[in-house]
Amino acid sequence: MERRGLLPIANLTAIDWLIMLVYFGFVLGIGVVLKRYIKTSTDFFLAGRSLPAWICGLAFLSANLGAQEVIGMAASGAKYGIETSHFYWIGAVPAMVFLGVFMMPFYYGSRARSVPEYLRLRFDEKTRGFNAISFASMTVFSSGISMYAMAKLIQTLHLLDAPVARFGFPSGWTFHISIVIAAVIVLAYILLGGLTSAIYNEVLQFFLIVAGFLPLVFLGLKNIGGWSGLKLNLPANFTHSWRGLESAHTNPMGVEVFGLMMGLGFVLSFGYWCTDFLVVQRAMAADSISAARRTPLIAALPKMVFPLLVILPGMIAIALPTPNRPARNASASQVQQMNDSGKGLIPAKIDETTGAPLLDADGKPILDYDLAIPNMLLHYFPTGLLGLGLTALLASFMSGMAGNVTAFNTVWTYDIYQSYINKTASDGHLLWMGRVATLSGIALSVASAYAATRFNNIMDFLQLVFAFVNAPLFATFLLGMFWKRTTGHGAFFGLILGTASAAIHHGLTLPVGASAGIKGGWITLLHTYPSEMAQNFWTAIWAFCVCLAATAAISLTTRPRDEQELVGLVYSLTERPSEQHVPWYLRPGALGVVVLCLAVILNVIFR
Amino acid sequence: MGIDIRLPIGLMFTVLGVMLTVYGRISNPAIYARSLRINVNSMWGVVLLIFGALMLALGARSHRRAASRDPACQAIADREHGER
Repeated sequence: MERRGLLPIANLTAIDWLIMLVYFGFVLGIGVVLKRYIKTSTDFFLAGRSLPAWICGLAFLSANLGAQEVIGMAASGAKYGIETSHFYWIGAVPAMVFLGVFMMPFYYGSRARSVPEYLRLRFDEKTRGFNAISFASMTVFSSGISMYAMAKLIQTLHLLDAPVARFGFPSGWTFHISIVIAAVIVLAYILLGGLTSAIYNEVLQFFLIVAGFLPLVFLGLKNIGGWSGLKLNLPANFTHSWRGLESAHTNPMGVEVFGLMMGLGFVLSFGYWCTDFLVVQRAMAADSISAARRTPLIAALPKMVFPLLVILPGMIAIALPTPNRPARNASASQVQQMNDSGKGLIPAKIDETTGAPLLDADGKPILDYDLAIPNMLLHYFPTGLLGLGLTALLASFMSGMAGNVTAFNTVWTYDIYQSYINKTASDGHLLWMGRVATLSGIALSVASAYAATRFNNIMDFLQLVFAFVNAPLFATFLLGMFWKRTTGHGAFFGLILGTASAAIHHGLTLPVGASAGIKGGWITLLHTYPSEMAQNFWTAIWAFCVCLAATAAISLTTRPRDEQELVGLVYSLTERPSEQHVPWYLRPGALGVVVLCLAVILNVIFR
Repeated sequence: MGIDIRLPIGLMFTVLGVMLTVYGRISNPAIYARSLRINVNSMWGVVLLIFGALMLALGARSHRRAASRDPACQAIADREHGER
């Protein structure tokens, strides 16, 4: 049995609990205040298309800033160093600019209420159905994983142990109680205020994350002697994002420049940021087409500096010479083992039955990188600020869940229920259905959170399937928006072939050191990649190319749609939105150039 | 829509700022050993307080602006205010 890290226990006092209560009070309060403004289904699902760009922009960023992102990026920072920032500067910013400048006019201008609905308008029913059903199941699943991760963390940090004991519940119930509390709070504020409520809370959470993590960066850097002190304590390629990228064998991530730029920087990032309804929905809530186009561009600005907030703490955690503090319920020898085998603030994973550290294939201890952020919080923050830091972490879990649930209820109601089940539903009925979908979405999330505790393999398998479905998606949108000849049959069968080729590529390759199965190679082994990340990037590249070629080929052999029907949906047939009355610094094109220049500058500084 | 988001954000950070600042003043200095002997509660509390007050001021300003407009346009102003 594997046991996750033994930590210093979070000794929360009244002030910490009070801070958490204040936050939850505001979250629910916002929902209550917004309730009276929700009158139509557009109010509930699209925030009445009435929000200013800066609010949508921060929500756009925040919706993606779930706790897995915060914890995962810090873990990756500890594992690979500043190279992780490619997920931001290469893997997000260019795609966000592309969405704002080129794609948003079609999403917003076509008055589609969701991304699948855009596919319906541009292509046909079957393409929409494929996308809507896979997307809806994916959101429920992600929300469940978020819930599972949160409950697990609360359990590991023993956050709720004291209150649970005080109310006389058995100590094993911490997990269940965490899930119930999270589900009830998220449910309450979405039922009350719909997407507006989710967006407002995402903005609140954005500021809370900054407020909770910034002091961590200050304290950590001060302790280690600033950036120069950090450099002294880490290998050189941990503090240079481009060093060693000429070959997959000379950098910690095991990827090379082409795989990184094409796989992460193009296929995966454009596929996520430009087509995922979870983020696009935030921009669709904007009050005008120009605000909708500015939404991802505004989001890109804080996105660029987020590595400072989430990757840096991970790097500090691994660089610190300080050993871990002993944990309460670990034997002295176990603590000794973990500190001896761990690195910095990051403990080794311990085999609970033997008490020895878990070793990898090379005989090195396996480190529990996911504990980088929680351990940093517990290491530096005194009671008071600790409450704020933990609240920020919990807030990000919940807003990750809420983001998924609001995307689910919209796609379910508009793209599945209204399209296939009840075509003549009145607006009032759709609003009611939206609330029912919210309730069911959360119930399904809870179910998948519990499935994750039992069937880890099924979860890994599902995650893989969704990755296959997502990989080719951007090719469909790219051709659909910029080539009027693309047809519905081309799009649909291109997607199916792209997804199949992702699966086949996965079945034929393996990352080095892995055995055939969930990691790949389940057909036969043709190629071995230096890392799992390289394999993922190349799976995406294959899927994209196959989808692009197949969609184009099938489109050329099938009958195109009448050009009249494609006005507002395809680039060459749509009038450019006028920017005459907008000052230059608010024009999406100019903003996009500024954002890209800043991203280049950051890459040069940390090269 | 509905309320200006800056008001609840401002209010929440003001409340959190006051709580942390006051707690920083009355707490036992020994707890700051882990934060490099810096009273981070007091310091960060003040920062949050300033941020909260700023957001409140911005929110209140747009509220006042909407209210001072021509009463005939009040309905429109209210709606615009909500959107801002």
